[in-house]
Amino acid sequence: MGVQAWTFVLVGISFALYIGVAIWSRAGSTKEFYVAGGGVPPLANGMATAADWMSAASFISMAGIISFAGYDGSVYLMGWTGGYVLLALLLAPYLRKFGKFTIPDFVGDRYESNTARIVAVLCAIFVSFTYVAGQMSGVGIVLSRFLEVDQTTGVLIGMGIVFFYAVLGGMKGITYTQVAQYCVLIFAYLVPAIFLSILMSDNPIPMLGFGGNGVDGMPLLNKLEGLHEELGFASYLDGSKSTMDVFAITAALMAGTAGLPHVIVRFYTVPKVRDARKSVGWALIFIAILYLTAPAIAVFARTNLLQTVSNQPYESMPEWFTKWESTGLLAWEDGNGDGLIQYTGTEANELEVNRDIMVLANPEIAALPDWVIGLVAAGALAAALSTAAGLLLVVSTAISHDLLKRAVMPTITEKGELLAARIAAGVAVVIAGYFGINPPGYVAETVALAFGLAASSFFPVLLLGIFSKRMNRAGAISGMVCGIGFTAGYIIYWQFLNRADSTPENWLWGISPQGIGMVGMCVNLIVATVVSRLTAPPSAGVQAMVEEIRVPKGSGPAHEIEA
Amino acid sequence: MSETPPTDAEPRHSQTRLPAGGLSPEQRAAYWSRNIRLLLTLLLIWAVASFGCGVLLRDWLDQWMLPGSNFPLGFWFAQQGSIITFVILVFVYARRMNKLDQEFGVAEDED
Repeated sequence: MGVQAWTFVLVGISFALYIGVAIWSRAGSTKEFYVAGGGVPPLANGMATAADWMSAASFISMAGIISFAGYDGSVYLMGWTGGYVLLALLLAPYLRKFGKFTIPDFVGDRYESNTARIVAVLCAIFVSFTYVAGQMSGVGIVLSRFLEVDQTTGVLIGMGIVFFYAVLGGMKGITYTQVAQYCVLIFAYLVPAIFLSILMSDNPIPMLGFGGNGVDGMPLLNKLEGLHEELGFASYLDGSKSTMDVFAITAALMAGTAGLPHVIVRFYTVPKVRDARKSVGWALIFIAILYLTAPAIAVFARTNLLQTVSNQPYESMPEWFTKWESTGLLAWEDGNGDGLIQYTGTEANELEVNRDIMVLANPEIAALPDWVIGLVAAGALAAALSTAAGLLLVVSTAISHDLLKRAVMPTITEKGELLAARIAAGVAVVIAGYFGINPPGYVAETVALAFGLAASSFFPVLLLGIFSKRMNRAGAISGMVCGIGFTAGYIIYWQFLNRADSTPENWLWGISPQGIGMVGMCVNLIVATVVSRLTAPPSAGVQAMVEEIRVPKGSGPAHEIEA
Repeated sequence: MSETPPTDAEPRHSQTRLPAGGLSPEQRAAYWSRNIRLLLTLLLIWAVASFGCGVLLRDWLDQWMLPGSNFPLGFWFAQQGSIITFVILVFVYARRMNKLDQEFGVAEDED
């Protein structure tokens, strides 16, 4: 069987698995089960959270970006895991105790304001859209390669799958489906990594292998650093971003992780506050397995790519090279007409490689068996779909529940609410598809923008809502508006309006649009604190509620995430 | 890992339950300040491992290798060390907080 056949078979099997698990867990989980049984055990919830969380950005894009950016790629590694510490320590247990389903619910009740609720809904929608766009672009890359179509067609097919899967299929958010998706994606990520690690470093554990010696006895990292130097690329071990920018992006990703609506929702489904604490720990372990492997894949992939293509005749390139060329994500132009591929960090460069293809192309470059390549495609789709489904759930509940039912038209029927949810999700897929075709950056970079928006809007308001009894309505609303307004404005200006001048010299304190969420978060914190001190403190009822959520005892039953 | 569920889930807004877990204001303040102290300690470690070793002190740490490997130490903290630290921190927090809850009698088991 060839690569394409294996891909169809493995993607097919994995989808059958998800559907099977969905049907099985549906049958065993009536409402009574959830109320009496108190939801999902922390271990399973941790796995589901990990699947929800690890998207196309983590699976496809991250190792590729690290493999090109070296040290600079660490912002994603630290940012996306460090945020879990904030989530575990500062938010999850308290929001679980509070016991409502969505972030806008918390914001609306804590600040006694429909305006605050609506601002939170709009932030949730905005953040989720940006994030879904990243997923669509990732799905497009996978499909374009394995169906051998161009990127746009790939995204269009992906939109169809996501729509069917998340909107019509009615299987979004079912915890055990996501447990299955986690298993598929982690297996698909580790298998090629282990193969490569054995091949290149003679060590079956990739997390350790890339810090060891290569098969020729030379340390792998030194070898790669040498290759980079020789070919004129920026140093792998030092990177090229300024320390300020690395700091800012890491901080924005961390706070964004903690404030991301579709992740927080997960912690309402565990039985107890205690379990919410533990559940974050399990989620982080399952995420860490992939995140500790990613930098290893990055090193293997980069070394392999440089050795395979650099100064080799175009004629002798293997099949994967031409296959990726046909997707438009890999391009070679023989600038000096010598028939050799000059791949360098200088003007003489002739090869353009889209970073997002590295994880997918990696097993092919290393000539691993065809089934491994198909497996990676199945894993990538699992990652993208599980996250896209979770996000669409947030968008549709935000619109139908938080906006329509709770704020605009309280008399809406349950049927009307459901219809509104479906329509919202459908519109979301279309808009996300558009940005998937015209992404403002690589998948992980696009997703990083969503985190900046979450960091500058939700994180401070949630944090202050729990840790400051003095924080009030006026403070929260003005904080959110100023924070997300500043961040979105900065991003839109540099990513869309004035892209040509978007260089470190022109940025505010050298902070890139990916990192500006950190500044937006500070703006939010300062504005919220100042405004709240100038206005009346919240009511006695709200202050009592804050006292109440700080103590675990008396938490309500777990919530069910319902399609 | 799963807990045996309580047989009768208490209604959430029960009238009989004292506010804030039935603690006196002094106990509540003591519980909360112990919580904050734990948080700050753990967040300090969090910041040192990531922003400290992984970003600000990275160049200086890179003069050493992680023992038994070829990882420059600062680079390793940025790519792996910080993540391992995070996992440990979250579990330490869960353990410590659950103990604290029991000490103050606000753990959910006693509902």
